[in-house]
Amino acid sequence: MIDPISGIFAYSFLRHATEAAFLSSISCGIIGAYIVARRMVFISGGITHASFGGIGLGYFLGLNPLLGAAFFSILTALGIRLASKRSEIREDSAIGILWSLGMAIGIIFIFLTPGYAPNLMTYLFGSILTVTPIDLYLMAGLAVFTLLLFTVFYRTILFISFDEEYARSHNAPVETVNYLLLALVALVIVLHIRVAGIILVISYLTIPQTTANIFVSDLKKIMFLSVIISFLGSMSGLIISYYLNIPSGATIIFVFVLIFLVARLFKSLQTRGHMQRSLQDGA
Amino acid sequence: MTKLLQLTNVSAGYDREVVLRDVNFAVNERDFIGVIGPNGGGKTTLIKIILNLLNPLQGTVERFGATNGSFTGYLPQQSHIDKKFPIRVLDIVLSGLMSEKNRFERYSVADKQKVMDLLRRMGIENLALRTTSELSGGQLQRVFISRALIASPKLLILDEPNTYVDNRFESDLYELLSELNKNMAIMIVSHDVGTISYFVKTIACVNRTLHYHLSNVITEEQLTAYNCPLQIITHGDVPHTVLQKHDHHHD
Ligand SMILES: Nc1ncnc2c1ncn2[C@@H]1O[C@H](COP(=O)(O)OP(=O)(O)OP(=O)(O)O)[C@@H](O)[C@H]1O
Ligand SMILES: [Mg+2]
Repeated sequence: MIDPISGIFAYSFLRHATEAAFLSSISCGIIGAYIVARRMVFISGGITHASFGGIGLGYFLGLNPLLGAAFFSILTALGIRLASKRSEIREDSAIGILWSLGMAIGIIFIFLTPGYAPNLMTYLFGSILTVTPIDLYLMAGLAVFTLLLFTVFYRTILFISFDEEYARSHNAPVETVNYLLLALVALVIVLHIRVAGIILVISYLTIPQTTANIFVSDLKKIMFLSVIISFLGSMSGLIISYYLNIPSGATIIFVFVLIFLVARLFKSLQTRGHMQRSLQDGA
Repeated sequence: MTKLLQLTNVSAGYDREVVLRDVNFAVNERDFIGVIGPNGGGKTTLIKIILNLLNPLQGTVERFGATNGSFTGYLPQQSHIDKKFPIRVLDIVLSGLMSEKNRFERYSVADKQKVMDLLRRMGIENLALRTTSELSGGQLQRVFISRALIASPKLLILDEPNTYVDNRFESDLYELLSELNKNMAIMIVSHDVGTISYFVKTIACVNRTLHYHLSNVITEEQLTAYNCPLQIITHGDVPHTVLQKHDHHHD
């Protein structure tokens, strides 16, 4: 895939990749912080994998697989919430069921589709180097929408996320906000399947955020720092993968984890120094 | 005497179990009601009905003047919050102003100043920028009490505010409540019947239904008659006759 024969081609796909990295850092940085804060990592994993059913359906019907994925992911997200709200099924059990159901549907449809499924690997592992201008427009729209939503309604979202019952006692639109954001989580996941793949997309939504949380513990700051870490990580991963000629998606995640470990180490050294100083001051 | 709230023939419960039956109860401006009753008697359920967190199975709940600003301020008995949620104390208390603001309105410097003043009053102004995971149980309780107070609600509802906090803060709080009562109605749930009868004006006994006692002095015999068999522990050697002096008898 990485074969920069022509400088102009190399330039344009790297430029697209850079733009994709920038846009995904904004959407995934912000939405990922929301996911991590509300402990929605598992439901996000379920949504991601269940969307494979939509990809299979897309192949089978000859439609754009991402359209099928969008449909399946939103359906799964709502299904999980409704199943755990309206019946005795606990949420994590509902996730387990719909997660595997979606994957099973995908496998069956791909099997039933005559011929072979082109680009199946891109949907599984993603490739930031193959994003098309249309993908970029969609990602830009999503990034702008996410940014606007969280700028205008930040405190409403924060208060509802922190204590739903209290928000309800103040007549806040708890259900509306919860479902809207759940749908947004599903959309962010689907649009980034192109970039990171079903298997790796969750990393964009959790690793930069957990790293940010080492240094700051206010949701707004976690969002801001996650965007920065995500962009720096994606760009360094992209450049490293280009020179080492290894898959970009996996390299980016490797870099994310590396940043996380360095940050963790830095923080514990800092804390230890701080502790020693305060102990000495006390003596 | 303006009426704030009226419950008429209210029954309430969960799933198959009816917890409260035929509750008739009104709250007026500047009421100060002690809500007592055994564990599982339905005190918290009553509060959820008042706050519209639970729909009654039967009967009506009317709230008067609930349209503008903050009608209720509420301290939950148990918050089902995630202690590791990334939110600062300052923001938690600001969330008490939620119903005063329209959704697009920003929180002003004056709002934050108000929060700081209240936190100072609660003795925790140094914690304003901390997150919940860095607080002790009593400190968190003070934060939630601040959240209930910040909007100066018409009706303040505190579900066992004395849990977690030390007795010094507890008596400070009761003093503050008596002062706040000049401007707002207060309902306070407590198991410490002896202590709350010092400052409440009336007592609501809740055990599967509600018996309203229009005085702050209550005897164990009366409690038994209300189907609320509780022990009254008078603290120190304050005899019951002293309680009588604080009596705000309603007739
Ligand atoms: N969410 C719920 N689902 C089902 N039953 C509930 C629920 N909450 C409370 N109950 C039941 O309703 C009854 C009344 O509970 P409630 O919490 O109102 O009691 P309480 O008077 O506040 O008790 P405590 O003094 O222990 O706080 C109890 O029997 C309890 O088991
Ligand atoms: Mg209770």
